[in-house]
Amino acid sequence: MSTFSKSIIKRLTVMTVAATLSAAAAAVDISGAGATFPYPIYAKWADAYKKLTGVGLNYQSIGSGGGIKQIKAKTVTFGASDMPLKPDDLKAAGLLQFPMIIGGVVPVVNVKGIQAGQLRLDGAIVAGIYLGDITQWNDPKIKALNPKLALPGTAIAPVYRSDGSGTNFLFTDYLSKSSAKFNSSIGANASVQWPAGIGAKGNEGVANMTTQTDGAIGYVEYAYAKQNKMAYTLLTNKSGAVVAPSAESFQAAAAGADWAKADSYYLILTDQAGANSWPITGASFILLYKQPSDAASVGEALKFFAWAYKDGASMAAELDYVPLPATLIAQVKKTWTTEITSGGHPLWSGT
Amino acid sequence: MAIIDPRHAAKQLIYERVFRAATLCAAILVLLILGGVAISLLRGAWPALQHFGFAFVEREIWNPVTDEYGALAPIYGTVLTSVIAMLLAVPAGFGIALFLTELCPPLLKRPIGVAVELLAAVPSIIFGIWGLFVLAPVLQRYVQPWLIAHLGGLPVAGALFKGPPYGIGLLTAGVVLAIMVLPFIAATMRDVFDTVPQMLKESGYGLGATTWEVMWNVVVPHSRVGIVGGIMLGLGRALGETMAVTFVIGNAHRITASLLAPGTTISSTIANEFTEAVGDLYTSSLIALGLLLFLITFSVIAAAQAMLRRLERRAGVAV
Repeated sequence: MSTFSKSIIKRLTVMTVAATLSAAAAAVDISGAGATFPYPIYAKWADAYKKLTGVGLNYQSIGSGGGIKQIKAKTVTFGASDMPLKPDDLKAAGLLQFPMIIGGVVPVVNVKGIQAGQLRLDGAIVAGIYLGDITQWNDPKIKALNPKLALPGTAIAPVYRSDGSGTNFLFTDYLSKSSAKFNSSIGANASVQWPAGIGAKGNEGVANMTTQTDGAIGYVEYAYAKQNKMAYTLLTNKSGAVVAPSAESFQAAAAGADWAKADSYYLILTDQAGANSWPITGASFILLYKQPSDAASVGEALKFFAWAYKDGASMAAELDYVPLPATLIAQVKKTWTTEITSGGHPLWSGT
Repeated sequence: MAIIDPRHAAKQLIYERVFRAATLCAAILVLLILGGVAISLLRGAWPALQHFGFAFVEREIWNPVTDEYGALAPIYGTVLTSVIAMLLAVPAGFGIALFLTELCPPLLKRPIGVAVELLAAVPSIIFGIWGLFVLAPVLQRYVQPWLIAHLGGLPVAGALFKGPPYGIGLLTAGVVLAIMVLPFIAATMRDVFDTVPQMLKESGYGLGATTWEVMWNVVVPHSRVGIVGGIMLGLGRALGETMAVTFVIGNAHRITASLLAPGTTISSTIANEFTEAVGDLYTSSLIALGLLLFLITFSVIAAAQAMLRRLERRAGVAV
């Protein structure tokens, strides 16, 4: 489609929306609250969408836990969470969830002589490091994966995120899947009890501690590692392939996952099989009521999400987020049509 | 002819009553807010306290995965960092106040006084970021290796300076807190030292006392209520400080003898974990931490009041 016809359609959309609005005689603003990880992209989308349609999005990035509480208290139109809710919890609350955007977590290191993309690690080794079992960079297990690298005998200083976050959840979930010991002694959560290492606040804290401390390893969101040119590592994934973190490898993990079989999109994207799948990938989710009491604003929210899937993809890529694969978007829209109703009628009838 | 116009007097009476009622309301409002805070903290903390009982304050474990919580590590970190901060800030604050009131050349008095007050106006997040990006690397590269090499080998006390130099940890948090509370302590002490009547001091000097003797035997006894007040103001801030500490303490739910090791405080745990806390017991345990901080601060203030009263009684007997 040419830019010209695109802009005509955009303008038509504006006019239609404006007409609808004047009919309703009030501009309905969409309100949402939750996850901090997708906040930058939601904010960018909201800004662009407001200019386009006049409909504003008021998103409070108060954290996934807060988002779940707010949607259950019905103070917002939608909630956002970095961890999918279990199907039973959703049913009990009458909620629907679907993935909105994808991101990845990247291990970063500060080892003398090691550049970005040189060091190879796997889940078991990273789990061993964070358990305090692997304590030196020249450990035979690390050497076995990196026969050509000259690894120093420096002590490993593990750095973790101290604030509860989706990043922590993805990272610990991946380590739990990779190591039985990590799974039984620590487990996966937004905050866990780390047996070793030092806790830094936020991506910036982890990045700073890692760059400052010789022999440190940390983990940050992909955008952060990329924009700060940090020494990221390669990881061996479930299929045994060595992958580098990139938009393509995150999308490969999302596309390779079997969403069709996942009940209520309850799927955690870590440790997916596939030749290109980055193993610490995750989706951020939206929560909506299936029979909303405020059907008008949910209708507006669905329009916004549909627009974000379609026109927001390039903005997401600019901020190093990864848009959902097209097949998944189609599936999500089908779910909207069949499951979100008001007075027995579906609230979403578009494509 | 009446000296006071009765209409005017009646009006004054009404003003008087309204004013009295307004101040009473304001005073009661404080009590209501405090009571409300206590009640809502207790209500929020109740599920956790009921579930864990007294063990909540005795256990070091803090595991959101298995839903087991104990407050010992945050309590330890809160108290220890505040103690370090007071050990550093009280002598320094006393020195600043003494210098400003007794020894400072008049030309320097204002600039130093203003600088101290400006230090109090710096937002705590700035101290946190400064602590993380500027202070921590310096401590990590120069100060901590020296401490480990020279003091780590001592018997008993050596345990305080063991472990790798991370740069951030309990000691760094204590140092940052000391800088943050210093202006409160210094400014309060300076103000109370200034209230000491000039005649008393001059009498002391007249008897041949040195500056130190005048300070210690005249100024300090005369202004001890204010001194304790200033220290308490600083301690209150140190106990409750959140953002700056979160950046530099290392956030580990562990109790380690070493001051260089990472730790955690009550307020930094709440700041770190409340937003993403899912589950009733988790949230309730975090609120229970808040209740504990409330109790700690309350008992510190109560202890200070009791101490002041005892000091006063003793002073009364002496006279």
